[in-house]
Amino acid sequence: MITVLLAIFIPFIAACLVPFIHKILTGRRIGWFVITIPLFLFILLIRLVPSLSNGASYLYTFPWIPSADVYFSTHLDGLSMIFALLITGIGSLVVLYSIYYLSEREAIGRFYTYLLLFMGAMLGVVLSDNLIVLYVFWELTSISSFLLIAFWYHRKQSRYGAKKSMLITVTGGIFMLVGFLMLYTITGTFNLQELISMREVIAADSLFIPAMLLVLIGAFTKSAQFPFHIWLPDAMEAPTPVSAYLHSATMVKAGIYLVARFTPVFAGDTTWFYVVSCVGLLTMLWGSVNAVKQTDLKALLAFSTVSQLGMIMSLLGIGSLAFASSESTQIALFTAATFAALFHLINHSTFKGSLFMVVGILDHELGTRNIKRLGGLATIMPITFTIALIGSFSMAGLPPFNGFLSKELFFEAMLSLKEANLLSMDSLVLLFPIIAWVGSIFTFIYCMIIVFQTFFGKVHAPAPGQRPAHEAPIQMLISPMVLGSLVVLIFIFPNLLGTYILGPAMNAVYPQYEGMPGLVPEIHVWHGWEMPIFMTIGVIIIGILLYGLLRYWKWIYSVGFLQWTLDRLYNALLQRIERVASVVTKTYMTGSVRDYVAYIMLFFIALVGIGLLGFQQFIFDFSDDAVIEINESIIIFVMMCSSVAILFAKSRITAIILNGVLGYSIAILFVVFRAPDLALTQIIVETVTTVLFLLCFYYLPEWKNEYKSVSMRIRNGLIAVASGVAVTVIALLVQGHSMYPSISIYYETASRLAGGLNVVNTILGDFRAFDTMLEVLVLFIAGLGVYSLVKLRRKKGVDHPEEK
Amino acid sequence: METLITLLVGVLVAVGVYLLLSKEMLRIILGTAILSHAIHLLLLTMGGLKKGDVPLLTETAAEYTDALPQALILTAIVISFAVTAFLLVLSYRVYQESGRGPRLRGRQDE
Repeated sequence: MITVLLAIFIPFIAACLVPFIHKILTGRRIGWFVITIPLFLFILLIRLVPSLSNGASYLYTFPWIPSADVYFSTHLDGLSMIFALLITGIGSLVVLYSIYYLSEREAIGRFYTYLLLFMGAMLGVVLSDNLIVLYVFWELTSISSFLLIAFWYHRKQSRYGAKKSMLITVTGGIFMLVGFLMLYTITGTFNLQELISMREVIAADSLFIPAMLLVLIGAFTKSAQFPFHIWLPDAMEAPTPVSAYLHSATMVKAGIYLVARFTPVFAGDTTWFYVVSCVGLLTMLWGSVNAVKQTDLKALLAFSTVSQLGMIMSLLGIGSLAFASSESTQIALFTAATFAALFHLINHSTFKGSLFMVVGILDHELGTRNIKRLGGLATIMPITFTIALIGSFSMAGLPPFNGFLSKELFFEAMLSLKEANLLSMDSLVLLFPIIAWVGSIFTFIYCMIIVFQTFFGKVHAPAPGQRPAHEAPIQMLISPMVLGSLVVLIFIFPNLLGTYILGPAMNAVYPQYEGMPGLVPEIHVWHGWEMPIFMTIGVIIIGILLYGLLRYWKWIYSVGFLQWTLDRLYNALLQRIERVASVVTKTYMTGSVRDYVAYIMLFFIALVGIGLLGFQQFIFDFSDDAVIEINESIIIFVMMCSSVAILFAKSRITAIILNGVLGYSIAILFVVFRAPDLALTQIIVETVTTVLFLLCFYYLPEWKNEYKSVSMRIRNGLIAVASGVAVTVIALLVQGHSMYPSISIYYETASRLAGGLNVVNTILGDFRAFDTMLEVLVLFIAGLGVYSLVKLRRKKGVDHPEEK
Repeated sequence: METLITLLVGVLVAVGVYLLLSKEMLRIILGTAILSHAIHLLLLTMGGLKKGDVPLLTETAAEYTDALPQALILTAIVISFAVTAFLLVLSYRVYQESGRGPRLRGRQDE
């Protein structure tokens, strides 16, 4: 399906074009080019919604690395569609918002390049069907997130946050990759659709649980689940459009996507349910409790995102129970949880996106986002206030906003757990609704903090360097206004979303229940005096009470274990790793070149040694050897003696002369071995070399006996002898194994092909003439080097860096 | 003959490596020179020694020695000469600039 491919590649192509187009569309006008891309893709995708709701899905494959079973296959179904629409839809709004958010002085071109890179990567994650392709795009989102968080790289905190998010998400990604590889060893395929159809095979394998946990670690790190959530608050150093886009609406939901996508594969086992829902609930509670104590509005939103992601995650966990049940009423109960998860996913993107944009506006117009410095803005910034009110109340789960609907569904799903026949963990499961309820109370409290502490109370006089409060320009308000109105519209027409968007997604998560009545429940604003509504009323009453008494109980945040943060653990761990790594590195990176030469030789010896151990056929065949004549053996004897003698030479002149002896002896050997050209060349070269040595000898100081320590002498001696032995053994073995016939016969046609009678000459000058030409080039370069080393003098007044 | 030459190659390699591992520049240069001698002999031995006539095409010879290693060695001789010359001049220049013998960094107790 070409649309899907277009959706992935257009952002990448546009990302490459941005730097060039930025030259024409200077300043912030480049944004108008960028915005066309998500907008175009959004329209392209939304046109496919009707056919998807009729049960169609688009699979397209072309081979990428077929030998490793890697096919670039894309698959667009209901689940991918939700995410793709969020990525392109929110993407358009964020780009629009960023056009006026970023100052003209910033590196806008770079910003949009990264943003488009992210968009393409994220679309790749949700649209690819092959696990390896998915993994590649997954890591690409981590990288683009890193680049965007570090956009203001001159700030230390930005760099810290970027590195932290990168380390945590990429580490998780590697775990996930290992999980994928395990799945491959079980099934022999990387294709998601095939994996889903082989779920019985996977469930029966002993690698089932490890693979599941590894994939979950990937999802949890990306979706900022406890205890990996610590990167998200630090990621708030990114420009606010990035926080709104990556760190609330899209990238952090990649983990949710992964869990939903793998539900059909893994959900048959209750381990999946326990891990996903417990981690999700814990994250929800931890995030909401921590959000209350934040004073930076963006940090508060970050923790609230953590909490909301946990809530969606726990719902997906409950939804997985549908695979373990057999009665149709139970199945409908549990599938409703997944439905709630997907519904809340969309709702969260709308209200959290608008809230981030509101905070960005406050930051932009007032120069601060510290709650303690804000207050009384309701009358000064009425539109911003309205949007913040809608967003916060929706997040708190109040009507008439979409958050109310999904919160009700959330409570309902939590309560449905008591229907599950889980063997031993009944008491734990009964705790779930209580934890969910407590988490919701804290959610309510921080939502009230956003609204009341920012927009009511007394107006703070602007601090030095701060501008007086005023309403934001209308261009910046459009995007949050669109999202705010969506919050209300979804509340009014929830079932439109349910039928067209959520329905196909449910079919993708529950392929075997496709078309089952009740799989796509109708959403009612009012469903009678039942438990969920009582829970909501309880949340509101206790939430208001606690919010009012906030200053009396806020002290609990300053005592006990709540002070202890995972951040400290992360920092300490990172420091420890860096220290150990530096110690380990320093033990072998000594800075001495001779040590490195020793490593190279040792590696060579080890390689040859291990190779020989595995190589069993030690055939030394001496039968083909040529006869040795007396004069030859004398020459060889002389060579051996003189080479060894070099080692013991007291003066340089002895060593140079001994080297000369070696060179001329080789020339004689060349004569003996029927190589006249070599002999001639060797004699000339050896003469010139010796002269050169003597020339340098004139200038260089006498050498000293350089080995002071015996152990060093022994070490080097052992390495040297071992290298010699290794070379000898290999050479002897090669002579014993004549595996291929010589190709030299070909060159004996030289007189016909090259018109020469000297075979060596024709090889050099004709058959391998290019080699010779390059050899001449090497000589030329070496000559230039020699000339410049001798002739060039340092300019006076220019200090040599080493002397400083 | 081949075996004997191979042993010689082994000795030369050992000497070359030992010199290469030293601190003094002149010893290192000698080490590279000796290593290239060793490799030239090794290449020649691989092609078989004294297995025929000099590779100059004539009417009379029935068989020639392997010409290919000879061509390779010819190239190698020239290149190793260039390397040696460059290293020598480099060490000369280092001495001129720094005023002390060109020695490589390392621990003091060596």
